[in-house]
Amino acid sequence: MNNKLERGMSTVFFLSAAVSVLAVALICFFLLAKGLPMIFRTGPLAFLLGTDWSPTDTPPAFGILPMIAGSVYITFGAILIGMPVGVLTAVFLAHACPKGMYGVVKPGIDLLAGIPSVVYGFFGMAAIVPYTGNSILSACILLGIMILPTVVAVSESALRAVPEQYYKGALALGAGHYRSVFTVVLPAARSGVLAAAVLGIGRAIGETMAVIMVAGNQARMPVSWLKGARTMTANIVIEMGYAEGQHREALIATGAVLLVFILMINLAFSALTRRKA
Amino acid sequence: MIKKNSERMLAALTWTAAVATLGVLLYLIVFILIRGIPYLKPSLFSLTYTSDNVSLTPALISTIIITMLSLAIAVPLGIFAAIYLTEYARRGNKAVTLVRKTTETLAGIPSIVYGLFGMLFFVTTLGWGFSILAGAFTLAIMILPLIMRTAEEAILAVPDLWREGAFGLGAGRLRTVFLIVLPAATPGILAGITLAVGRIVGETAALIYSAGTVPQIPATLLQSARTLSVHMFALSSEGLHVDQGYATAVVLLMVVILINAASAGIARSFGAKT
Repeated sequence: MNNKLERGMSTVFFLSAAVSVLAVALICFFLLAKGLPMIFRTGPLAFLLGTDWSPTDTPPAFGILPMIAGSVYITFGAILIGMPVGVLTAVFLAHACPKGMYGVVKPGIDLLAGIPSVVYGFFGMAAIVPYTGNSILSACILLGIMILPTVVAVSESALRAVPEQYYKGALALGAGHYRSVFTVVLPAARSGVLAAAVLGIGRAIGETMAVIMVAGNQARMPVSWLKGARTMTANIVIEMGYAEGQHREALIATGAVLLVFILMINLAFSALTRRKA
Repeated sequence: MIKKNSERMLAALTWTAAVATLGVLLYLIVFILIRGIPYLKPSLFSLTYTSDNVSLTPALISTIIITMLSLAIAVPLGIFAAIYLTEYARRGNKAVTLVRKTTETLAGIPSIVYGLFGMLFFVTTLGWGFSILAGAFTLAIMILPLIMRTAEEAILAVPDLWREGAFGLGAGRLRTVFLIVLPAATPGILAGITLAVGRIVGETAALIYSAGTVPQIPATLLQSARTLSVHMFALSSEGLHVDQGYATAVVLLMVVILINAASAGIARSFGAKT
């Protein structure tokens, strides 16, 4: 009796663990199964590199390059803003923070991670858009803020993983505290810092709601940092509500392309973190 | 002299970045409060939503229902999976590597992709329609990696001696897990669950096309409903009640701050104990 229960429950535990494998398989299957046929019907090159997105015209045009470019521009800008501030904040937390302050700064950064993206969106609409318009730049600034917690957390743990002797060695050679941190500890943590950038890219490229609320969302090739652009994520949310037939499939295909981007980013991240360990 | 200057500059750089990070957080909170509090009127909490009075109560109730339902699905699954990974699987087992890899992948998938999947699988293929049920299942998959990881960490932190003690007293593996390991790991697991609640409450993109956006209190689980976050997004995109959107943001922000404080508190009590 007891034995049966033991064996039964161990099967239950195993099956529960299998759920996450099943979930990833199902997600990939559904997005690819519903998206790939559309990509191949349009022609992969025409779909991925086409610059005309006019899904409701006759005949319709399904080129998603404007959205890919929008995502890449906005993600790049967000990294440009979020990385330096994030890494420096991580240096502060790991090597400059007075003991009493850590208990204030760290929870603050955790809170930054917990604030919902719509709230960021509302903040962006009223605090950033009045200065820089509904534009790529606004989206970059807002996303730069949103990826801060990710960048800070990953960089901080990378900095803390650097052996104490590196720092002490630098001190012994006569370098000051900050000089030791910046010229010895930080370079030693570079693969972790790079991993932080990669994870930040993943966050930024997948962000949806906040971007929609500040980026302008014009489905055309980006023309200037101060003009609007549309990301892949925004494309899906904005048009899925009324899309039908081919148009709907093209949006799911946009999701499939986004998923492929994310899977590549994940691979890069796990390669970077594995080498460190 | 030169050395001193560069020291001072690097120090200034570091402190500036930290001040900027915290400053943005404070600015955001104060900004939302100033924009939202003037519109936080009793009518905003009336039981029914109308197009003139965009009450947030129905959305609040739907948020609670979806949160409960997602947790009911993901928490047992996540804890059981963590038990398998830590207590049952042999070390270096191929299945374990696969589960770890896929869980990591799952954690990196953006919420809009979850939303698309929820729409294709739960809404269309399983025929549930835009519904609370479809939304809750979608979110359950989304928070699964978070629950698994925090539960695994909490279980791993339980000293092996305790397990050996239980085995020595004649307890089986299952009994040891439920009577010794899980009780000791509870605070860590709870902290993870609280974080998951935060993710659910803040989620929008995964819900718009799975749970839908109906602004009323749902009568059954197969009806569509919107959570607070979805409600806010709807207000901003309709453009007529943006001020009420800021008021809703105040409520949501308070909820999130409470959740974060709770999670940190639980985690701290955990740290103090071991």
